[in-house]
Amino acid sequence: MAQTHRRNQPPKWLHFIIGLAAVTIVILFVVMPLGVIIKEAFGKGFAVWYQSISEADALAAVKLTLITAAIVVPLNTVFGVVMAWALAKFEFRGRTFLISLIDMPFAVSPVVAGLIFVLLLGPRNGWLGPWLADHNIHLVFSTAGIVIATLFVTFPFVVRELIPLMREQGSEEEQAALSLGAGGWRMFFKITLPNIKWGLLYGVILCTARSVGEFGAVSVVSGHIRGETNTLPLHVEILYNEYSFTAAFAAASLLSLVAVLTIVFKSVLERRVH
Amino acid sequence: MSIKIKNISKTFGDFKALDHVNLEIPTGKLVAILGPSGCGKTTLLRIVAGLETPDALPGADIVFDQISAIKSPVNRRQVGFVFQHYALFRQMTVFENIAFGLRIKPRRERPSKEEINDSVHKLLDLVQLSRLGDRYPDQLSGGQRQRVALARALAIKPKVLLLDEPFGALDAQVRASLRRWLRHLHDTINVTSIFVTHDQEEALEVADEVVVMNKGVIEQSGPSNDVFRHPMTEFVMNFLGEVNIFHGRFEEDKAIFGAAPHAESEAKMLVRPHDFAILGHQNSGGIPAEVIRVLTAGPVVKIELADQLKQTLYVHLSHAEYADNPVRVLDKVYLIPKSTRIFRNGESWSGDYVI
Repeated sequence: MAQTHRRNQPPKWLHFIIGLAAVTIVILFVVMPLGVIIKEAFGKGFAVWYQSISEADALAAVKLTLITAAIVVPLNTVFGVVMAWALAKFEFRGRTFLISLIDMPFAVSPVVAGLIFVLLLGPRNGWLGPWLADHNIHLVFSTAGIVIATLFVTFPFVVRELIPLMREQGSEEEQAALSLGAGGWRMFFKITLPNIKWGLLYGVILCTARSVGEFGAVSVVSGHIRGETNTLPLHVEILYNEYSFTAAFAAASLLSLVAVLTIVFKSVLERRVH
Repeated sequence: MSIKIKNISKTFGDFKALDHVNLEIPTGKLVAILGPSGCGKTTLLRIVAGLETPDALPGADIVFDQISAIKSPVNRRQVGFVFQHYALFRQMTVFENIAFGLRIKPRRERPSKEEINDSVHKLLDLVQLSRLGDRYPDQLSGGQRQRVALARALAIKPKVLLLDEPFGALDAQVRASLRRWLRHLHDTINVTSIFVTHDQEEALEVADEVVVMNKGVIEQSGPSNDVFRHPMTEFVMNFLGEVNIFHGRFEEDKAIFGAAPHAESEAKMLVRPHDFAILGHQNSGGIPAEVIRVLTAGPVVKIELADQLKQTLYVHLSHAEYADNPVRVLDKVYLIPKSTRIFRNGESWSGDYVI
């Protein structure tokens, strides 16, 4: 037994090289960038960092980012659960096609996604834009546009997480609940939801992280109006382009904090889900 | 509560799972629906439960005690359904699983907390799991899980109890003890029950009546003993136990075996292994055969023989019969069928025959 074990192990030198490569990559691509952000953000002292993030435009950006996430995440959670339910528990024509369609926001470049909405909803030449403008509805270059673009980009997270989970669990428990007299809602809240709760939370966290951090699509639809249609990632870009490095990195440090928290939650949840 | 199944068909795409099925199940009986996989037995059970909708045909109906139930959704039918893979609520303890059906009742029908507590404990006793109420389903063995599933189904005092291959996922020993236990349980609670199985031994041992299905139709139904003793079709006889098959043909209302088979008027004679006597010498009607193997370890002596067409035949003798007339490998013997059934185009046929 011990001998087979040893034989299946790679030779020592290979072990060492692989280990070294892994550590180098982690240092180069994770530790050092994070280090740079922290150094630049706090380089001129905590007071300057605090000033940078509490200045009016920064606060507006944080607020818009949070509002966007507060709208997008619940909507995509509900859409995601409904969609996953339909796709996982029922067999119908076009099911596999729909499943691959869900991946579209991942496959399309976010910038293109943003452009799609500008072309669709833009006031002058959009397909629906002129009609919307006539009715005094302005979706592009406003909070609404940012929300729509973010909705699109973050749509797959919850669905993708839930479909395999629901497939694996099947629908027998739900049928059992029905046969015991439960109605549809009762069944959903007592059986379906508890069974998917960890997977759902996992998807929600990824969805939140992305909606906070989304740059490309939002950049195209936002119109970059300071203090109005700037989210945190856009704010970072503007500051950086204006050579306000400390302020840019201070804002970036907030986004990094979100990222780190996401990873912590994710690894805790991963153990629960799988 | 009696169950009437009237003119039920079910089509999945091009596949006809059930083809105009009619069946009556008398009050208080335990009935087994028996058939090979894909014969439609589970679909029929799910239609009775309301988990599947039958094709909309005129006269199609499921009737519980004179009251049509076909329009009621599954949650109004008050059926206890036991799934092959248990379908226990994995997030709930055994106790909560059993209490579920009572707790979700509408307020005016819902028993009080104490009453729920009481009935769950009674059910736990009934299924002999009194001390496992706090466990979660994944901490139980397969047999225990299935008993929890049964207790959960019984909690709502169902009009009928439907069991879909309830022992299918269990190993042989647990199966055997659970099915005896199910029979006792049924004798205690006496609720009209249908259970689906592909195991003829299980069906014959547990059920009062068996319904044999094949390719979406009922081949035969009736008291277990009748169906076993008097199979109406070749399929039923073949499915209910081991058989030896002899081919022949019909000639002027006589079945002739041993002669070359004839495609248009093919005769088949089926003989169960325990329906043979073995003679050491020629006698009228004996089938000449040579002994290939004798297996004496077991409740009966199993003898494998080859007839003149090199077809393998199986004969089961009691140890007493064998002791009176032992045979050895390579002995030339003659087989006398004590009881045979002849089939013409799959249907039972009676008349003279010659071997």
